[in-house]
Amino acid sequence: MTEQDIMNPKKMPLQPEKATLEGKNKFLGFWFFLGGEAVLFASLFGTYLALNGSLNGGKSAEEMFGLPLVFIMTMLLLTSSLTSVYAMHHLRNNDFKRLQLWMSITVILGLGFLACEIYEFYHYITDYGFTFRSSAFGSAFYTLVGFHGGHVVFGLAWITALIVRNAKRGLNLYNAPKYYIASLYWHFIDVVWVFIFTVVYLMGVL
Amino acid sequence: MSTLAASNKRSFWSVVWDYITTVDHKKIGVLYLIAGGFFFLLGGLEALAIRWQLVKPMNDFVSAGFYNELITMHGTTMIFLAAMPLIFAFMNAVIPLQIGARDVAFPFLNSLGLWLFVFGGIMLNVGWFTGGAADAGWTAYTPLSTISPGEGMDYYVIGLQISGAGTLMAGINFLVTIINMRAPGMTYMRLPLFTWTSFVASALILFAFPALTVGLFLMMFDRMFDSAFFDPAMGGNSIIWQHLFWIFGHPEVYILILPIFGVFSEVVSTFSRKRLFGYSAMVFATVLIAFLGFMVWAHHMFTVGMGAAANAIFAVATMTIAVPTGIKIFNWLFTMWRGSIQITTPMLYALGFIPTFTIGGMTGVMLAAATADYQYHDSYFVIAHFHYVIIGGTVFGLLAATHYWWPRMFNRMLDERLGKITFWIFFVGFHLTFMIQHFLGLWGMPRRYWVYLPDQGLDLGNAISTAGAFLMAIAVLILLYNIIKTAIKGEPCGDDPWDGRTLEWAVPIPAPHYNFKQVPLVRGLDPLWVEKMDGRKEMTPSEPLDDIHMPNNTVLPFVMTIGFFIAGFGFIYQKYDNALNALIFVGMGIALGAMLVRSLKDDLGYHIPKKELEKEARK
Repeated sequence: MTEQDIMNPKKMPLQPEKATLEGKNKFLGFWFFLGGEAVLFASLFGTYLALNGSLNGGKSAEEMFGLPLVFIMTMLLLTSSLTSVYAMHHLRNNDFKRLQLWMSITVILGLGFLACEIYEFYHYITDYGFTFRSSAFGSAFYTLVGFHGGHVVFGLAWITALIVRNAKRGLNLYNAPKYYIASLYWHFIDVVWVFIFTVVYLMGVL
Repeated sequence: MSTLAASNKRSFWSVVWDYITTVDHKKIGVLYLIAGGFFFLLGGLEALAIRWQLVKPMNDFVSAGFYNELITMHGTTMIFLAAMPLIFAFMNAVIPLQIGARDVAFPFLNSLGLWLFVFGGIMLNVGWFTGGAADAGWTAYTPLSTISPGEGMDYYVIGLQISGAGTLMAGINFLVTIINMRAPGMTYMRLPLFTWTSFVASALILFAFPALTVGLFLMMFDRMFDSAFFDPAMGGNSIIWQHLFWIFGHPEVYILILPIFGVFSEVVSTFSRKRLFGYSAMVFATVLIAFLGFMVWAHHMFTVGMGAAANAIFAVATMTIAVPTGIKIFNWLFTMWRGSIQITTPMLYALGFIPTFTIGGMTGVMLAAATADYQYHDSYFVIAHFHYVIIGGTVFGLLAATHYWWPRMFNRMLDERLGKITFWIFFVGFHLTFMIQHFLGLWGMPRRYWVYLPDQGLDLGNAISTAGAFLMAIAVLILLYNIIKTAIKGEPCGDDPWDGRTLEWAVPIPAPHYNFKQVPLVRGLDPLWVEKMDGRKEMTPSEPLDDIHMPNNTVLPFVMTIGFFIAGFGFIYQKYDNALNALIFVGMGIALGAMLVRSLKDDLGYHIPKKELEKEARK
């Protein structure tokens, strides 16, 4: 495949993200990477479950966590996952404008989630004195949820960079895999949040 | 050496620049070999210092504190900075050739993984110069490691984090390379065993290393940011570290040994001039060992107090691993059975490996018996056991691979006579050092003690052990002499010096940077041998001659690594002065900036035009 075929394909293939060998490699390699990330979060979950009762005299999960805010956060993130699916639908359709639009909406929803999380942490620290250093529970909570939050920040920066970089040149076989794996990453963040919602918040409160 | 020959014409700095920016798997393999070899010598010096301290009772060669640093850095260096990178050296040098590929799937990541390992290794050793290296044992058990004063353990945490990230990338890279880049006809069940075992080891890396990453993060937070994971006073639990460490640590020993099983499978088959006996059983056993390897981590923690049920389950699971390993031992023996055996240096190592590793395996089963382990735990018996499997397995294998693939990498044969002398001295020295340690352990000598009292029945055994260690050091010096001698005086070895069976020997020596002018068609297991049996000298091409696509060199991986390296110092020293947080921002800024450049700047590689390839052919 020549450079011309990659950068300005005459006809877009059905799955542009896997049309080149580089694309195929990225697709498979990224799935493996997510497998490693799954082990990373599993280790953090294990640590959290071992330490979530070690309050060191502080407030417990039941006394602090409020489900309404967490519900809003869950909805924001789940919806952002859905909008990134729409974006991938338009990647397959070769409709670049809508791809960019839905990716932008994904970023906005992700920012909303992040704002809620920052507020949540601020609330725990100022109202309950529940910090990273106050107890083993605090260390485990902020590390698990914070690692997820860090992934959200990285994902938002990544997707924003893609949207800005490619704004003027449209879709081709070189950047299609980049969009695709960014959306894979975003789905993964969403799945991890579903587990955090269940294990940290629901099991913490109920 | 093609690279040396070229360097005569080019300036020194242009060669350095070429190697810093290279994405060629062959050059990256050479760099892994040099860096891994350097750390192997460093770890060896530490081992000699340990043995010299123990040569007689109540010796005062080193202080107690320095002894702790020596044992910690010896273990950490040998596992993370010598054994694994040396395995990566051969994986890089050989696997793309064995599967008929022009490069790895992610040449950029390959370079990044190398530099992260190199700078992580340097980071670990910086501690020596800043008031003491890591000193809590290579397992870094908490709370000893979290309260260890000074910055030694900080360097351990950050250094391993950086080099571990590099290892993870290398693992993903080889998984994808082996799945996606195989030549036509190279089906999974035709993969050479070295490729198969490296593939499985890469999967182990992928699923084991993140547990270490998390463990190191938690320790980093406890040491540098006052969190409470391992501090019982704050409700923390120090056993979490042991679990996370061994969830990584046990698969790690299979990461170290599986590719070596592959090396010996290649060597035994080549020098018995026979197909490997029980190929599919070998593959099955490899996968089974890897699978079981994740189920047994707690056998390192029998004495922690997990309870009888947990101990029993982990004991039985551990013992089952002996079954697939036994399958392998018998397959190597049956491969040699009625083969026309050539006793070359690599073959000698294979012959030495089989009984040595079997002894290590048997003491492993002894240790797996949980009730008996209460007696062996933390004694020299354990030291003897894991040196039998790691030196008798991994190091013998690496030395075999060095002699076997040296001509492939450097266009020189190592001197066979010197090679055999190296083997015998190393082999005798090894058994002298470690056989007696089984008994020292059973006689009551605990590990990690810097002195022992006279007349406890330990004097002679320790003296013998130290003598053996110096024999091994002499063997390594002979190997170095061999390398220097053949580099200066040796003749180019030409193509296929061992009359090989697998694809890496079908590539001319020295290899063109695109490996295969035309990707070969694979027609069976041991593809080159299949062609030779049909009376051909070369592989049948699977495609007409055409333009070849190659990746561009890049300096970004090196820049990224420098960024993480700088940030590492920031993390370690910010506790003294808030202004040092600036180092974190500068370092992470450089690293993330380089990532952004990588993401935004198009890099499509280049093509070698067909005409140029035809011109080369005519020369």
